[in-house]
Amino acid sequence: MALYSEKVMDHFKNPRNVGVIENADGIGEVGNAKCGDIMKIYLKIENDVIADVKFETFGCGSAIASSSMATEMIKSKRLDEALELTNKAVAEALDGLPAHKMHCSVLAEEAIKSAIEDYYKKNGIKYDQDKFAKTNCRDHEE
Amino acid sequence: MKTIYLDNAGTTKISERALKAYVETSEEFFGNPSSLHSVGQRAKEILEDAREKIAKCLNAEAREIYFTSGGSESDNQALRSCAEIGKRKGKKHVISTNVEHHAVLHTLEQLKKEGFEIELLPVDGEGLITAEQVKNAIREDTCLVSVMFANNEIGSIMPISEIGAVCREKGVYFHTDAVQAVGHIGIDVKESKIDLLSISAHKFHGPKGIGVLYAKKGIPLTPLIRGGAQENNKRAGTENLPAIVAMQVALQDACGKIGETEKRLKPLRDALVRGLSKIPHSVLNGPREKRLFNNVNFCFEGIEGEGLLLLLNEYGICASSGSACTSGSLDPSHVLLAIGREHEIAHGSLRLSLGEDTTEEDVKTTIEKVGEVVAYLRNMSPVWRDKTNGKQPFIL
Repeated sequence: MALYSEKVMDHFKNPRNVGVIENADGIGEVGNAKCGDIMKIYLKIENDVIADVKFETFGCGSAIASSSMATEMIKSKRLDEALELTNKAVAEALDGLPAHKMHCSVLAEEAIKSAIEDYYKKNGIKYDQDKFAKTNCRDHEE
Repeated sequence: MKTIYLDNAGTTKISERALKAYVETSEEFFGNPSSLHSVGQRAKEILEDAREKIAKCLNAEAREIYFTSGGSESDNQALRSCAEIGKRKGKKHVISTNVEHHAVLHTLEQLKKEGFEIELLPVDGEGLITAEQVKNAIREDTCLVSVMFANNEIGSIMPISEIGAVCREKGVYFHTDAVQAVGHIGIDVKESKIDLLSISAHKFHGPKGIGVLYAKKGIPLTPLIRGGAQENNKRAGTENLPAIVAMQVALQDACGKIGETEKRLKPLRDALVRGLSKIPHSVLNGPREKRLFNNVNFCFEGIEGEGLLLLLNEYGICASSGSACTSGSLDPSHVLLAIGREHEIAHGSLRLSLGEDTTEEDVKTTIEKVGEVVAYLRNMSPVWRDKTNGKQPFIL
């Protein structure tokens, strides 16, 4: 399909890590139904490593593919490594996203950060708030 | 894998007869109708013959038919012309609806910037306005009423004749964007008291890039494109004769068999509606009855439209949606919002528009696949999960 790369279509048709984690250590939900994009990330963390990750997404092909790829990229990584994940890296891993769909990759990055932040908060762990700045729905046009 | 093309409201395939006419005209009548020599004059004859035949389909006169590049251009020229006339008379109030095609809405937005007052009448939950609403909105300084004949997204058919009567009585120009109506509803500009009308060939199995603006005699059009004297000095540019003749053939064919097409497609459409209604937490957008016989439009709660289209495409099913993702904007379809759908619901929309080649089998397959795809997408949707868990209420 001209609109999306083969990788995007693959992650869209065969998304990895779809689902929920009961009693997740960290849950992040970003976006809103008004915008038409919502991503929810569940994390299972053991010894500061992401032992398991699942996602649920309400959104377009790019959104689903971005969430799928993002979860693949952080699985088994240490928390501090996962925090380094950028939307650009996600988009690159997908062999690129159309310009007007880049915001989907931003949302994926934010969802993961949100889940990690949730974990920190739940466990009273100090963290650098600046690393978790969120953008507005209408801001993330790149 | 068979392609099940259900996006005829988006565009249709050029018919064999229209294509033949296109090729023949290109080969046999290549002259410039403005040229004095025989080759040119022969082309001119063909041009005027096509104009005559097209006029007949609309019950208009040949001199009331102007050839444009399509529906968008016709809409632009119709609105701008009436606005100019109004401006000269100090009348700058324009009435339209909130479900018009963007070719109308964006032109009106531009007119607003130029000092016109644009009043968009709100439609009801089915996407309809009444002639009464128009009557009540018309003021001393109203220069134009523009109401689309049939809506491209939800298929709602407006009470055009009643609105025409109101406008004629009040002496206000009445334009209708009939792009979706042609080939589905008989159009009689005289009987319906229509002053201006837009149509586009590629919606009724004609070629792309050609359309018609009908303007009742006596209405001075404002040229959008200036240059040569073509179209009575109202639209410069050497006429696209092959496309015009192909459009004429397609129009005659479409208008000539509306009854037949309706008879075949209406039951298929109804079967599609029945089948899709079985999907829980879904809703049909638009009226059940006052609706184009080939249009189906549903919202499915908990999922997003682009995902739906991509997956259906994998099964060879071509459809369209009103989600923001598919429109490239941040808001979902203005039509769905206008009929009262919440944003979240409007994002999960699907439009299916049947065509001449749609079969019973196609309908069955589509119902099956849509059900499958909706279930698949719901399964990975946090919105859906929250609703099934009782965390959030269902809207539909």
